[in-house]
Amino acid sequence: MDAVGLEARAAALGTRSIKTSAKAYAIDLAISMIDLTTLEGADTAGKVRALGAKAVHPDPTDRTTPRTAAVCVYPDMVATAKQAVAGTDVKVASVATAFPAGRAALDVKLADVRDAVAAGADEIDMVIDRGAFLSGDFMKVYEEIVAVKEASGQARLKVIFETGELSTYDNIRRASWIGMLAGADFIKTSTGKVGVNATPANTLLMLEAVRDFRAQTGVQVGVKPAGGIRTSKDAIKFLVLVNETAGADWLDNHWFRFGASSLLNDLLMQRQKLATGRYSGPDYVTVD
Amino acid sequence: MSDARLSVFKTYKLYVGGKFPRSESGRVYEVTDSKGNWLANAPQSSRKDARDAVVAARKAFGGWSSATAYLRGQILYRVAEMLEGRREQFVREVADAEGLSKSKAAAVVDATIDRWVWYAGWTDKVAQVVGGANPVAGPFFNLSTPEPTGVVTVVAPQESSFLGLVSVVAPAIAAGNTVVVIASEKSPLPALSLGEVLATSDLPGGVVNVLSGNTRELALPLAAHQDVNGLDLAGADADLAKDLEIAAADNLKRVLRPQAVETDADFTAAPGTHRLTHFLETKTVWHPTGSLGASGSAY
Repeated sequence: MDAVGLEARAAALGTRSIKTSAKAYAIDLAISMIDLTTLEGADTAGKVRALGAKAVHPDPTDRTTPRTAAVCVYPDMVATAKQAVAGTDVKVASVATAFPAGRAALDVKLADVRDAVAAGADEIDMVIDRGAFLSGDFMKVYEEIVAVKEASGQARLKVIFETGELSTYDNIRRASWIGMLAGADFIKTSTGKVGVNATPANTLLMLEAVRDFRAQTGVQVGVKPAGGIRTSKDAIKFLVLVNETAGADWLDNHWFRFGASSLLNDLLMQRQKLATGRYSGPDYVTVD
Repeated sequence: MSDARLSVFKTYKLYVGGKFPRSESGRVYEVTDSKGNWLANAPQSSRKDARDAVVAARKAFGGWSSATAYLRGQILYRVAEMLEGRREQFVREVADAEGLSKSKAAAVVDATIDRWVWYAGWTDKVAQVVGGANPVAGPFFNLSTPEPTGVVTVVAPQESSFLGLVSVVAPAIAAGNTVVVIASEKSPLPALSLGEVLATSDLPGGVVNVLSGNTRELALPLAAHQDVNGLDLAGADADLAKDLEIAAADNLKRVLRPQAVETDADFTAAPGTHRLTHFLETKTVWHPTGSLGASGSAY
């Protein structure tokens, strides 16, 4: 990988000026692509229900606001989340496989996955074994993904690489191909639990990977940057990357997602600004 | 070598969130002295700069409003110390801006520094003056305490570019608010230099944010901004003040009107506590004493 070229291209695409009606479209699209996430040790059923309510009606004062794509929770909260979004098209995604470290025996990871699927998860976010990857044991990484894919059944599988721990762009590219060959429905940058999460450059790289993969195999794979995307401006930059790299086929929440929590409030404030002409403030969105 | 030095011109920049950015728009406008001679180019801020300033002020509000009154007083006094050190520069800038002689400008700067010291002394006294224990008929302590309103947009006086500026900014922050101030449109240089003083005075970044540019262009989005809690119209003329009040009505901002229609108030007079107490909210708490009430009933 040409690291300098990659970063320069990601930065250049980030300078596009997206205004007025294009901005309104981008904001609604970004809202519809959010996996609204809570992954804290302190999560409670009440918090997950509140999150579900927010996913279904992000802005209760404006019912034209689109719903988010999914809520993303730990496996033991799946049943609660499922109830909270019942009767809507909002999906429930669950992290599994000893998230976020992924340091557990394969049997334990598979049990984690089956537990989440049995509770009703529509999507599974797994983490790869970074230790195995970095020590060159790519086959182990591959076979684990295959096994988790099988255990996921009908649920769509998102494979998290934790790009912040993979050190190089070459590694991210390699991990992307391993993930896609092993049957991932989505490739995802990070857990949100380490210092470096989704960046425009590593997302651009993964978008190129899914584009090339489809060109070679005809199979389309989704991309999910997660962690550290907090402002509408950032989100819109990512959408530009999607459109310019993978193409318009990916501009849909079936193929592109944002793993985020605070991003939604910023998008809602921007949406209110476009609707009223007045800058909005945190008093007019929920405290999460 | 010749004795001639190349002149080193100062680039006046905004003061937002503790940093010195140029305007996001890249625009500048020419600032002249009272006789029309060019002095410097000042940034012509856009509404995006105004928005960024509000974000910075909101971010700073938690820390500044919850700092002890004593600490706020110490920091404000430190600002006065730094002003004193830059006295010569401010005398020059005020003389140019307002067409005053050196000695008159020096008197204005001295009055300004004294004004700042005066407000520094108020931080730990205002609660006693406007708050206190209320007598109530029941077994309760009933206490009122003033709390800062929040983020306050200040339209600085247009004529009194330094004394007027400090007379409207200092009371708002002494009370614990954070401020976005729109400098005098034709004489913004003392305000922009004040930013440099604040940056070196232990005042947390974002507590005061200084914007220069077209007053109307900046004031309208700030008056309508839903995350601004107060608006001081000191430097708005009658037309602008009316438009700003209408824009500010939507989220019930606390508005301080210019006294009558004076855009050129006399800021040399003793200021009183009017401005100091305007951007304060009163919180009243009822605290059960646990003893028998006046009626004899036990709790």
